[in-house]
Amino acid sequence: MKVVGKPLPRVDAATKVTGRAVYADDMLPARTLHCKILRSPHPHARILSIDTSAARRVPGVLAVITGADLPIKFGILPVTQDERALEHEKARYVGDPIAAVAATEEEIAAAACDAIAVEYEVLEPVMSIEAALDPPKDERIQEYGGPNNVHKLVALEFGDVDGGFARAEHVREDVFFYQGNTHLPMEQHSAVATYVDGRVTLWSSTQVVHYVHRALSKVLELPMHRIRVIGAAHGGGFGGKTDPFAHEIIVAKLAILTGRPVKCTLTREEVFYAHRGRHPVLMWVRTGVTSDGRITAMHFRSALDGGAYGSYGVASTFYTGALQTVTYDIPAYRFEGCRVFTNKPPCGPKRGHGTPQPRFALELHLEKIARDLDLDPVEMKRRNFVKPDTRTVNWLRVTSCGLDECAEKVLAASRFGERKRTPGHGMGFAISTYLSGAGTAIYWNDMPHSEVQIKVDRGGVTAYCGAMEIGQGSDSVLATIVAEELGLQPSDVRLVTADTDTTPIDLGSYSSRVTFMAGNAALEAARKMRALLVEAVEASGRKYEEVAFEDAAVLGEERFGTLTTAGSYTPPKIAGPYKGSGVGPSPAYSFSACVVDLDADPRTGLVNVNKVWIAHDVGRAINPLSVEGQVEGSVYMGLGEALMEEQVFRKGLHKWPSMLEYKSPTFLDMPEVETFIVETNDPEGPYGAKEAGQGPLLPVPPAVCAAVFDALGVWIDEIPVTPEKVVEALRRKGKGEPPRYGPPRFPSIPYPPAIKVEPPPRDAAPAPR
Amino acid sequence: MKNEVLRDVQRVVLTLDVNGEARELLVPVHKTLLEVLREDMQLTGTKHGCELGECGTCTVLVDGRPILSCLALPVQLRGRAITTVEGLAGGSNLHPLQAAFAELGAAQCGYCTPGMLLAAKSLLDDHARPSREEIKEALAGNLCRCTGYAKIIEAVELAAGRMT
Repeated sequence: MKVVGKPLPRVDAATKVTGRAVYADDMLPARTLHCKILRSPHPHARILSIDTSAARRVPGVLAVITGADLPIKFGILPVTQDERALEHEKARYVGDPIAAVAATEEEIAAAACDAIAVEYEVLEPVMSIEAALDPPKDERIQEYGGPNNVHKLVALEFGDVDGGFARAEHVREDVFFYQGNTHLPMEQHSAVATYVDGRVTLWSSTQVVHYVHRALSKVLELPMHRIRVIGAAHGGGFGGKTDPFAHEIIVAKLAILTGRPVKCTLTREEVFYAHRGRHPVLMWVRTGVTSDGRITAMHFRSALDGGAYGSYGVASTFYTGALQTVTYDIPAYRFEGCRVFTNKPPCGPKRGHGTPQPRFALELHLEKIARDLDLDPVEMKRRNFVKPDTRTVNWLRVTSCGLDECAEKVLAASRFGERKRTPGHGMGFAISTYLSGAGTAIYWNDMPHSEVQIKVDRGGVTAYCGAMEIGQGSDSVLATIVAEELGLQPSDVRLVTADTDTTPIDLGSYSSRVTFMAGNAALEAARKMRALLVEAVEASGRKYEEVAFEDAAVLGEERFGTLTTAGSYTPPKIAGPYKGSGVGPSPAYSFSACVVDLDADPRTGLVNVNKVWIAHDVGRAINPLSVEGQVEGSVYMGLGEALMEEQVFRKGLHKWPSMLEYKSPTFLDMPEVETFIVETNDPEGPYGAKEAGQGPLLPVPPAVCAAVFDALGVWIDEIPVTPEKVVEALRRKGKGEPPRYGPPRFPSIPYPPAIKVEPPPRDAAPAPR
Repeated sequence: MKNEVLRDVQRVVLTLDVNGEARELLVPVHKTLLEVLREDMQLTGTKHGCELGECGTCTVLVDGRPILSCLALPVQLRGRAITTVEGLAGGSNLHPLQAAFAELGAAQCGYCTPGMLLAAKSLLDDHARPSREEIKEALAGNLCRCTGYAKIIEAVELAAGRMT
């Protein structure tokens, strides 16, 4: 390997450190109009009338639109097309878009929004999971779903769960809560649209140009070929820019109406309303084990607070039950999931999508079971670890698996087993897993998930791919793979990415799919190109390695004419034989293990993390520098969620839609992080690579809580671990009550009877690759 | 004036010294330095994360000291030397901080990077070899959501080593 595995600078590094990368808000085409969006001040209200006449009269205003101009509904999932770019019938959260203005100046657009008169009939807001389960006082938030404000109910059962519990020598139940939080990308969402010669072009800060393309086509009623979506330089997503958004559709519509470029950049407050962040999830888990801690059966229930719209929520709901089995060998498993609508900004995918919450519950639950049995929690967990090349009880195919090696790395480096027990100081251990790309597309189809084209000519090599660089290193992965195959450096490869006119399809930057899927497509295209060049060079009597690339390109062009190759990647069909099996399968899973060392002050409840050791099975690090960056960033975000970040509401209002009050870790809050890259050489990943960008977040919150217990002897069964919760748990402990802070109970939920699914045969060979 | 909303807006002619170049501008008095840099001078390397002085993203240097350009008014900055990320490199040669950020992967999405670089430059101009704690203290007002800060600290240390 010449470039794969080397800690090379990112291919976009120089552009970014000089401030030359062009983000969407940096664009200002000639005659650009500025767009402002009027949003609902009520969490739940019928819209009786919207009067835009005064706004239209404001000098400098060129267009004012409402929901009547964009009535067609859209949504990321085909089953939940429940959003409008502008709502003209009902507002469902504070911040729901109602009307939009295009004007010559931003201040004029804002003033015109103020001049729009909206008459509302205010309805009782529904602000909690419990309230959403009850009959609504006024009316339901959405017309579909139910009963009451339930959005989705699922129930699946794999294997003999009752038999497993009957066989168990110890059974334990616990309840946990994971508070919602948001992505907080440094860049506010922004989009610029033009309408020229009957075609819309949209530049946007999005993670998926293809899904925006589809939504624009649907709502604007324009064929796909009359719309071009281009990913601008991207200032951070973390899942928060994976949905198509109202402002993207609005600026396209306003560009069509005015014939001028239109730009909309959200304010920071609006970013909190756009949200699509981590679902608040209540969880109940019951597990049966043998006396030596082997799991015999598990029953897991989740209740997700979805906010006002569907977003990715159906998938999120399934994800809260999908991956428990990928780390622990669970022979019988029942999962019941529920998502409710509330009058809050919609929740969706955030880094780890639907899996950090159940991972938090599962890891702490097993810690407690081990203590019940007087077993070492680490040893008990390891006893249940999934082995490589197995099928889980819910039909997930596990191939490469470095779980044990990850655990070994962090346990040894942190000297976890030899730690001194001093009050106020604690260490905690947890593990996790994540997908290397979702095995099924958002909308059902048999087409590839990723395609790459390569062009070589006398001017060099260019690779084309719809993949979106969002800071994670997507561009560098593509360039590195093409360079490796052709014997070049990554910086020699020109890239054209994330442009629906010029690049072949890629489903974008979500579910940690780019390295695996776009990487495999790039590998195929590059190998085909190399074969052409090798044939042409050898026909001239020389060897490929002996000629300069420029000469090989000339020989190739002489022999074959235009030199283009293509590669594509379609995930293997490995989903199980049941409804709902599309959520969970991935061509490969990453694994991680984490140890957290902290001090917890029993007087103030303050938790200070001293150090985090993290090991991540990435299959193969295409660029170890970028992998380390992703792992460190994941640990950072996990600590933020564990200790301070929460998206909460008071009387229907977001409690703190600002960067000052929504607390996130600063330089001073970040401890030292020691990262171990574990390489298991996945059989299907490009050069053996798997995901790196999401998995390492997951073990951090439970490891923090395990360490708090180690330090103070109290369980904080609710994220984030604030000083108030620690102090309250200690107060309860002091009074002889259960030494715990967390939800007292799990609500009664009308789950349907579980669909019983026959598990795959134990010891059966894994599905064909 | 072109319309009612902006009818009463007071505008002022002023000269700003940005990256060593004097530029004469006609700007509304209420416009922030951030807006003037980005919209009137096309210096879009300076980014914004909140426009309320909370995130540090819009940091630029005034006479070598880091300030939040979203809270600064250009009328107060006449005759002061303003440095933005565009003024950091010497021609086509990266500043040692830029080179170190690039080499060590300290820029991921790159959006906080310009502000981070300028805050770091101010630190290194005062303390040639800052301790790790001094680096954290100096940059604590600049948020980054991608890196977990580790590579940024390493990059500042690397640049400091090369500059002394």
